[in-house]
Formats: sequence, C-alpha cells, structure tokens
Amino acid sequence: MAATVTAAKPRSSAVNVRRTLRRYGWTIAVYILFALLMVATVIVKPDYGPFEWNTLTLAALPLAFAAVAQTMVVLSGGIDLSVGPLMALANVIALRAMVGHDIGYSIAASVGVLLVVTLAGAINGLIIVVTRVPDIVVTLATSFIWAGVALLVLAKPTPGVPFDYQNLAQGSALSPWIPNALLLLLVIPLVWVPLRRSRAGLSIYAVGSDRNAAFRSGVNLGWSRILAYAVCGFFAACGGLALSMTTGIGSPLAGTLYTLSGVSAIVLGGVSLAGGRGGMLGPIAAAYILSLIPAVLIYLGIDPNYGQMIQGLLIVIVVMIGGLGAVLRRS
Amino acid sequence: MSARLATSFRIVQQNSILVLIALLVALAGLIEVIRPGAVNASWVSNILEFAAPLGILAAGQTLVVITGGIDLSVANVATAAAYIMASQSPYGVTRAIALGLLVGVLVGIINGLGVAIFKVQPLIMTLAMGLVVTGSLNVYEQAVARGVPSVPAVVHTLGSDTVLGYVPVSLFLWAAIAAVLIAGLRGSGFGRLLYALGDNLEATRLAGVHAWQVLLTNYALCGLLSAVAGLVLAGTVNAADLGLATILLLPSVAAVVIGGTSIFGGSGSYSGTIVGALILTVLNSVLTLLDVPDPVKQILYGGIIILLAAAYTRVLGRD
Repeated sequence: MAATVTAAKPRSSAVNVRRTLRRYGWTIAVYILFALLMVATVIVKPDYGPFEWNTLTLAALPLAFAAVAQTMVVLSGGIDLSVGPLMALANVIALRAMVGHDIGYSIAASVGVLLVVTLAGAINGLIIVVTRVPDIVVTLATSFIWAGVALLVLAKPTPGVPFDYQNLAQGSALSPWIPNALLLLLVIPLVWVPLRRSRAGLSIYAVGSDRNAAFRSGVNLGWSRILAYAVCGFFAACGGLALSMTTGIGSPLAGTLYTLSGVSAIVLGGVSLAGGRGGMLGPIAAAYILSLIPAVLIYLGIDPNYGQMIQGLLIVIVVMIGGLGAVLRRS
Repeated sequence: MSARLATSFRIVQQNSILVLIALLVALAGLIEVIRPGAVNASWVSNILEFAAPLGILAAGQTLVVITGGIDLSVANVATAAAYIMASQSPYGVTRAIALGLLVGVLVGIINGLGVAIFKVQPLIMTLAMGLVVTGSLNVYEQAVARGVPSVPAVVHTLGSDTVLGYVPVSLFLWAAIAAVLIAGLRGSGFGRLLYALGDNLEATRLAGVHAWQVLLTNYALCGLLSAVAGLVLAGTVNAADLGLATILLLPSVAAVVIGGTSIFGGSGSYSGTIVGALILTVLNSVLTLLDVPDPVKQILYGGIIILLAAAYTRVLGRD
C-alpha cells in the first residue's frame, strides 16, 4: 500500500488537483455560486444581520431534507415523486401526537414519526422491487396514496406544535450567527457518513451506477433499492418534522411543493439523475440557494410571485449548461 | 390441454388490448351491480365527455413516452393554455384560442430543445419547465390579466355539448386526433422514427436520422396536444383557474402505462392509451358511486393504478 503511494507521488499534485476538480468541480461551483449570491444579498441589503440569516436557515431546512431524501433514491438509480407527501405525512402525524404535550413527549413522538415514515418509504421501495413497475409510475401513484393518508390523519391545517419543540429549530443556542436550524442539518452527516462507508451504502452506489455489474458482483439489488427508499423516507420524515418546527402547524398539503423543489435542488446540486454519482454537500448548498432567491427578490422589492418562475428558469439554464458541457466533452 | 392453454395465453399476450377492454366492461358491470340501471346511454355519454380531455392529454404523453421520454409539464401546459385562452377571450375568441395553443407549442419547443439538443433528461427538463410555466402563469395572473377569465361559448360547446342527445362534441375532436395518431404512428415515417428512437437512440442516429429534429417536433406536438386538452377541459367545467388540470398529471402517465406503452420507450400504441384513459375515468366513476371520502378515494385510485400496472408487467410479461 505504502509502496503504491510513494510510486504515485512524482506526478501527484497536478493530477490530483485535476481529479479533485473533476470529481468535486460542480459542488465547489455550487458553493461559490452560493457565496456570490450571499455577497450580492449583503450589497442589496446592507443591514443583513443574524435575523435574516436565521430566516434563511429556517426556510432552507425542510428543503435541504427533501433534497437529501431525493438524493438517496437518485443515487440508487431511481426517483421518488412522493417525497413531498411523505413530508406532509410526517408533519401531520407529528401534530396529532404532540399537540398539548411537553417537549420530552414531543421528542419521543418524533422518534415514532421517523419510524412510521421510514416504513412508508420502504413500502415505496418494496412495491417497486416486487411488482417491477417503473419507479416513476409507482411513486407517482404512492404520492396520491400518502397524500390521502395525510388528509385522513388531519383534514385541514391546524396549529398546535408545542413552543419548546418549535424552538428546537427557531432559536440560536450557540451564537446568533449559528442558528439551531443550521445545526439540525448535522442529522444528515450523522446518518449519511456511516451509511456511505458501510457495505450497504456502497451497494446503493453500485446499483445506481450499473445494475448489471452490481448484480454480478453479488450485490442484492432488491434490498439495496429498498434500503435507499427507506432512508429516503427517513430524511423525508426529518423534513416533515422540520416543517413542524419552522411553521408551528400541521398541514396535510404542506409538503406538496417539496417534491419538485427537492428534485430541483439535487439537479442544481450536481447529483446525476442517471444514478450512482454525487453526494450530499451539493444538494444542501442548492437548497440554500433556492431558498435565498425569493428572499433576495423581496429585498429588491420585486413581487415574490416571480420567485417560482425564476427558480424554474435557473434550473432550466443550469441543466442546459450541464448538458451542453457533457455534449462538448464527448465530441 | 396445456398446449391449448399456452396458445390462449399467447393470444392474450399479443392482444393485450382485449384484456383492457374486458377490464373496462367489468368495471362498467361493477357499477351496474352497485347501482342497477346506472349504466345507460347518458352515463356512457358522461364518461366519454370526461375521458376526452384526459385522452387528448395522454395522447401527447404517449408520443413522448414512445421515444423513451416523459413529459411532466403536460398538466401545467394544459392549465396555462386554458387560463390564457379564457383571460384573453374578451379581445377576440379566435385570437384567444390561437394564443392558448401557441403557449403549448412554445413550451413544447423549449422542452424539445432541452431534451434533443442540450441532452437534458426529459424528467428534469419537463419538471423544471412545469415550474416555469406555473410561475409565469402566476405572474401573468397578477400583472397582466384583468377581470375574471371567462370561457367563450364556442369552447364551452366543444367541451360539454352533445349531438343527437348523447354524442359529446369533444368526442369528434378526440376521434379525429386518435385517427391521425394511430394512423400516423403505424403508417408514417415520422411515427416509425419515434419507435426507433425509443428503442435505440444511438443506432437510429448512426442510421443517419436527425434525431434532434424528430424529438423537437415530437415535444412540440405533445405541447400542442396538452394545450388542446386544456381548452377542452376548460369547456367541460366551463371555468379556468390556476389549478385546472393539475389533477390530470398522474392519470395522463397512468393511462399510457396501463394502455401498454413501455415507459422505457420503443413500444406501445395510442389505442391502448385510449382504453387506459377510459378505464381511469370509469374507475373514477366507480369511486364516486361508492361515496367514499375524498382522501380514501385518492388512496384507492393510487393503489388501483399500481395494481393495474403490476398486473400488466407481471401477467403480460412486459415492462
């Protein structure tokens, strides 16, 4: 091992830099884009302070979880169009369980919610693997099913998430510039890093990048895909709980937009929809960018109605540039 | 005996549309059992009227799915076309309809540009364009549109009137579209190129086909058909709002899949999609008759779509 390292050393740094750039180039570009946007924001709004930063982290928290949930499935070569309804499901079950209770009980209830919605995600995966119906069709159909279940749990938006529970995300315990909503993102590496280093995480990448090769290397395709959908369910549940904390209400329609914006975030974040390529850092930054745009529009005095249009256009332009880059590289 | 069984199984496999029609009849029978006398001429007329917008929307979807793509912006395009048509109708009905259809073609062309030239995955391109369309429509509603949008009489007639008591006017339009599509997919060079592209894009390109021209035209056609579906739908419900066609997105994909078109491209037909659209509409009618609450209806609808698709993949050995 050591011999290989020394042998490789002479032509190392330039090659390594190029390799790092090729592998993480997009992610780095996304972070630079975010930094530039932040600079622009501060120029537009000179009194940008901890309050505005806190608002941004609160807005980005559910979206970041939605993006990470989708990333799990996309890495395994699939797609989950039911992420939004899964978030709504977590959100309404949480409200039902927590209303009128104290913080200790609420946290215990959160664990229950995480379990239930992880199971719902696993059911998505199970249906896809067992029936062999394409993932787009299955998750489009289950998006109706989970949304229906969410409506059965709670018919209309209802306030009542305990204040102490809301404060888990809304306060800033350490310093005004490190709001709790930023710290809660640590859930992602806590689950993702061990998973990625494990055999199971490796097999998810393997299934996503080449199903035949993975099968011939002895990877259990079915289980790997179900696992990816289950972890997707777990992160969607985190997103739903984040919605409970940031909005203080339970709403059966809360998650609707997050399926779409989650997919947008991963595309912007550089995760290949073909599967097997990408990580979690890009999508998280993309979630922040997508949440920052509406805020900047408001600071500029532009009608926030333009937000959705601009978000869509940004994604169209980004994917076209990405596509063009791939075409040029090939030719 | 087993040989005969195998033969009949093969016949079923090769004529899957017969199975679908049998399912359609069975569903109608179910309605007759639940409420005797419910299945009559006016019921059939109603089903056809409500199936027409879905059938036309799913026509565009079929074209795109045959090439191995998917268009998730069809419902947004239909809504936008209908809303723009309705809000522009005070300035001339022909112009309003033309503008509505133009919206569809434009969005289709942009989708096609992204997919064919920039090689963006169809799912992403159309999802993002759906976002752009809905966002732009919101801006349009806030900034440009004045007054309450009203559906012109001619569109209302197209969407909800009947001829000879029972034949919906929209059926004529739907039948014309179906005739062109079925004949065109089988008989025209363009139609055969769609199957070829869906089956093997690289091989088709190496054979000298300008793939990008075919794909671009195809997405533009899909946009046009979505816009037509939106106009018909606006006529049927005699109103146009910002969420008009949203509920038709899942059914438009489901009708194609149930109708036997492979989501991976290369095989399928519009006749299957027609039966798929009819099955979904009748299914909706069954659920309405059962008088279950909306959420339960939604759950059953999703569940049955999965079951149908699963039956298709398993029993008929296709995917």
